[in-house]
Amino acid sequence: MAETQTPARPAPPAARSERPTAPARRRRPPRATAGTARLAALLVSPTLLVLGVVVLYPTIVALQQSLYGTRRLDPKTGFVEDSEPFVGLQNFAAIFDEAGSRFWNAFWNTTFLTVTTVLLETLIGVAMALIMHRAFRGRALVRASILIPWAIPTAVTGLLWRWIFHSDGIANALIGHQVLWTTEGFHAKVAVIVADVWKTAPFVGLLVLAGLQVIPDEVYEAARIDGAGVLRRFRHITLPLVKPALLVAVLFRTLDALRMFDLPYILIGAQKTSVETLSMLAQDQAANVRFGPASAYAVLLFVYVFLIALAFVRLLGADIVGDDGKSARRRRRLPRRPQGVAA
Amino acid sequence: MTLPASLRKCLLFLGVAAVVAYCLAPFGWMLVSSLRRTSDIFDNSPLPSPPSLENYRAVFDPSQAFTRALLNSLVVAGVTTCLALLLATFTAYAMARLEFRLKRLVLTLIIATSMFPVVSIAVPLLKLFVGLGWINTYQAMIVPSMSFTLPLAVWNLTAFFRQLPDDLEQAAMVDGCTRGQAFRRVIVPLAAPGLFTTAIITFIAAWNEFLIALSMTNKPEMQTAPVAISKFSGATRFETPFGSQMAAGVLVTVPLVIVVLLFQRRIVAGLTAGAAK
Repeated sequence: MAETQTPARPAPPAARSERPTAPARRRRPPRATAGTARLAALLVSPTLLVLGVVVLYPTIVALQQSLYGTRRLDPKTGFVEDSEPFVGLQNFAAIFDEAGSRFWNAFWNTTFLTVTTVLLETLIGVAMALIMHRAFRGRALVRASILIPWAIPTAVTGLLWRWIFHSDGIANALIGHQVLWTTEGFHAKVAVIVADVWKTAPFVGLLVLAGLQVIPDEVYEAARIDGAGVLRRFRHITLPLVKPALLVAVLFRTLDALRMFDLPYILIGAQKTSVETLSMLAQDQAANVRFGPASAYAVLLFVYVFLIALAFVRLLGADIVGDDGKSARRRRRLPRRPQGVAA
Repeated sequence: MTLPASLRKCLLFLGVAAVVAYCLAPFGWMLVSSLRRTSDIFDNSPLPSPPSLENYRAVFDPSQAFTRALLNSLVVAGVTTCLALLLATFTAYAMARLEFRLKRLVLTLIIATSMFPVVSIAVPLLKLFVGLGWINTYQAMIVPSMSFTLPLAVWNLTAFFRQLPDDLEQAAMVDGCTRGQAFRRVIVPLAAPGLFTTAIITFIAAWNEFLIALSMTNKPEMQTAPVAISKFSGATRFETPFGSQMAAGVLVTVPLVIVVLLFQRRIVAGLTAGAAK
């Protein structure tokens, strides 16, 4: 399959010089010649330039900013100082003294919300994918409805669930019990988790479904003939084969959950201890012109996200790029998308 | 352990029904609530009785500047999508078709930026834009939005381009096209569905953006729709206008829902192309 889809990648230089035969050469895609390199540089550089301006530059500025404090009143003139004082690593050191409690609270909130939502989303998402994979009738309906939570803006999701979780709302009517969901407390976390899982579990389901659809039926057939039951087939065939798709979905969701902002901000509110995440903390500081601490928190969040992503790629082998031009094994993972999913 | 066929069918039906209900029920509730009168907004009956458009009229009340917010959203998301798509088409073509050194590294870097916490970009840019006097301008929202839409578009399009057989261009080039002509005359028309799908996905991502739009504006007339509805105020200050919030939510979502319903196959293909490798 790999061979038919992408006719022979360029051979390593040594092998190439040994076989300069014309027919073999014609079937090859363009190789790394000077001309190709120039064209590639021309095509890729605008994107890199833009990303450099909107991502790399702000990151460097954030690093620099995080070393500055907030403007104070000048004792001599009584006016606010023009520039921010250089404070070195004080903004980072501050998380270890008393003032750091707000940071650690946000850190644990972020971590807790990430772990619980991703776990629930994965479980529900896999269950949904298994159901959708079996369903032949009503497939279009299922597919359309599963896209709805994904398409609804997170801000609207927040409003919608705030209405559902209103003290006189439908959630309390259904459980027959008065809970003030959107006030401080553990129930606020629960409300955020429910809303987030609702919005994103279908997305996980979609990605897992795409993974399921590339597993050939014959594999199941063979296992059935060998006497494997439903559970064994799931554990020994479905799970290992769907693992690459699942890992990517979980990685995505994790990184997205770590930067959670809109949902707790709208559903519960800003500056609420129970649900304040690192993103909310950094944004709140920036909105109050405390750019130094805001940048420090943003940098810390960035480092946290980076470490988690690295762990996924290194420890679990999540493959997000999916092409390195030489590995046939990787190639095979590329699903034949249109036929597979749109069936 | 095999279940009788009829029972299995029944279970499957229940499963499908559960999935559909899970996805649609909250949205349905928003729709139903938006059609209630303010006086019976706390009704829990499954259908509004009597249905009323009162909330929708309240949304379009000039004092809410909601029409303006929708227009702002359209401008910001539209321009962002066009720019991202333009740049991403070239880059994705290079990623899918050309062999060059550091390709894997470059692609990894581009994709990695989409995982970036938006707040780490928004905070320094906010300070920069305050200095430039860009607060309450469209460019202050469009430029930071490129940080997540551009990688998304590159990624999606790369997957699409990779699926087109190499032979097509090879044939065009054997017939005397240059690479540029082959790209323009053969690849772009063939990739049109992919471009379209990527445009939809990118547009939805940009339309739904909240943090940047919230940070970069403080005037109501420059807010995008998601920010505007999060700040909706009622006729009196102490009552939260749930009805009009729901109506506004429906209005912001309905265009997306229609697009999703029309192009569901393509969107699913595009979403999974970006991720399920």
